[in-house]
Amino acid sequence: MAGKTLTRMDLSEAVFREVGLSRNESSQLVERVLDLMSDALVAGEQVKISSFGTFSVRAKTARVGRNPKTGEEVPISPRRVLTFRPSHLMKDRVAAGNRD
Amino acid sequence: MIRSELIQKLSDENPHLYQRDVERIVNAIFEEIIEAMASGNRVELRGFGAFSVKQRDARTGRNPRTGESVAVEEKHVPFFKAGKLLRDRLNGDA
Repeated sequence: MAGKTLTRMDLSEAVFREVGLSRNESSQLVERVLDLMSDALVAGEQVKISSFGTFSVRAKTARVGRNPKTGEEVPISPRRVLTFRPSHLMKDRVAAGNRD
Repeated sequence: MIRSELIQKLSDENPHLYQRDVERIVNAIFEEIIEAMASGNRVELRGFGAFSVKQRDARTGRNPRTGESVAVEEKHVPFFKAGKLLRDRLNGDA
């Protein structure tokens, strides 16, 4: 495995290569895509990107947790968690690309 | 929200861009993430989350219908972990 870490900069670079926009505008567009997706999720919406995957928000009820170090019981308040379900295409490509 | 709605919103915000270019931009972003993971890389988008690849070890599985055991090879699966800012926003803390 190559094990590099890509960041927003690499996504902006991909946008820059794809269309003839400035690097600055490319990075702003990447930011807006992430913001629009985040806003929809915060509003409780599902974000479904075909051939990529689905982000959904699940509500979790309150439960009693335990501090694993001290064994002490602590209440865990109800919360919303984000889950991502990759598309078949993504799963297949990731599996194929990492096969040795 | 689905891909086309995301493209529409971004298009509305950027009237100086052709919609087909906005489409190419959005597609390029998602394609870059998939390609990175297919090459065994990780994509870290601070505040939003991180996409990474997890290895699942080879195991002996079972056909749930027949109970027959089958060898399941080692494989790599995509994984996403939400970033702290987004997690906090989901819970109204930001």
